[in-house]
Amino acid sequence: MSSKLSLYKEFTKGIWEQNTTFKQILGMCPVLAVTVSAINGLAMALATTFVLVFSSIIVAIVKKLIPDQVRIAAYILIIATFVTIVDMVMKASYPDLSKSLGPYIPLIVVNCVILGRQEAFASKNTVFRSFLDAVGMGAGVLLSLILLGAVRELFGSGTIFGIQLLPDFYEPMLVMILPAGAFITLGLMMGLFNQIALSNKEKQRKKTIEKYLSTKNSINDPVGV
Amino acid sequence: MRTIIRMLAVLTIIGVISGGLLSQISIWSKPKIAAHRELETKNAIFQVLPEGKSFTKMETANLEVYSVFDDSGKLIGYAVPFEGNGFQGKIRMMAGLTSDLDKVTGLQVLEQVETPGLGTKIVEDPSKKEDPYWFPNQFKEVETQPMIGVVKNQKPVNKYDIQAITGATISSKAVVQIMNQGIQVLRKMDAEGKLNNAGGEK
Repeated sequence: MSSKLSLYKEFTKGIWEQNTTFKQILGMCPVLAVTVSAINGLAMALATTFVLVFSSIIVAIVKKLIPDQVRIAAYILIIATFVTIVDMVMKASYPDLSKSLGPYIPLIVVNCVILGRQEAFASKNTVFRSFLDAVGMGAGVLLSLILLGAVRELFGSGTIFGIQLLPDFYEPMLVMILPAGAFITLGLMMGLFNQIALSNKEKQRKKTIEKYLSTKNSINDPVGV
Repeated sequence: MRTIIRMLAVLTIIGVISGGLLSQISIWSKPKIAAHRELETKNAIFQVLPEGKSFTKMETANLEVYSVFDDSGKLIGYAVPFEGNGFQGKIRMMAGLTSDLDKVTGLQVLEQVETPGLGTKIVEDPSKKEDPYWFPNQFKEVETQPMIGVVKNQKPVNKYDIQAITGATISSKAVVQIMNQGIQVLRKMDAEGKLNNAGGEK
């Protein structure tokens, strides 16, 4: 807790190391439900990021004023305000998108990614760091939702962002748009992400060992000679 | 005691600020949302009755009915927003009917929450929009006497039958049932002379 990360790290940790979808496995409800197409994933992720960033900033500003006993209630109030703003703006300006996302925009209120960041980060850190953390986490959500949405849309409808990519004779796999497809895609992707992380770790380990051995040799050498 | 007052004060202040902010945004967004709805309704009316040029709205106890007129002001039919239960939730749609209520001129589903990829085909299948068996297109020219029926896995033979979507029989049947129920209500209104009055107004 006390060890401070660099500001850059504060931002990037949300994209990879602590990616909410693939590493923290938080906020699964919207992840599974809305990623039937890339555009839905994008819109959902942008809405989530907006709410996350602004509530993190506000919570970081007022954190000293909120009594401990009612902090969750206060966070929820702040989050709900921003969610309602997003919902109303979306309904007014992008009615089609708001229709396809349906009830999932209002449900951002109870998205545990957002409440989790307030509780775990924004309530203990400076405004600027909270902002970076929120943007980073939002970018992570964006990445994973677009990725999931694109894969499901590609195999489920043969398109990405509504652009036909697979040839006509390809018979869309219906299961990919259904809830089962969400679980299958998510599982495979989580495996892939963990595989990459694992092999990275392995590389790091080998490097450390090599480095250690080489320094040991260079110390030992003069004696050996 | 002190903390209780502080707790109350903080939550109240947050609530008041949040409420004020939201009411401001609501003032901005409300007319826009209403305009979208109106535009959607208008588009749907002219979609289901393509020859229509103008319409008047008539509100009755159970239904809103839009009487649609052509260039010369002659009544060509009714556009009626029907509503009912689908597979998972409410389906709201605009149906176009000829003025004698015996034929459907078109159908557009406005709202639905059917299973993505299956039930949602009652709304869209953009890749095959020209196909006459695209689900809403099937309703064009369908006869409503004695009532609209559903057949499975075969092309409809009778002029009052609709072919159900493969994998979405319940949604297809729901649409047809909502149509039938709605038409029944309209017929009743027609028999009571309520519909003709609306037609004669213009």
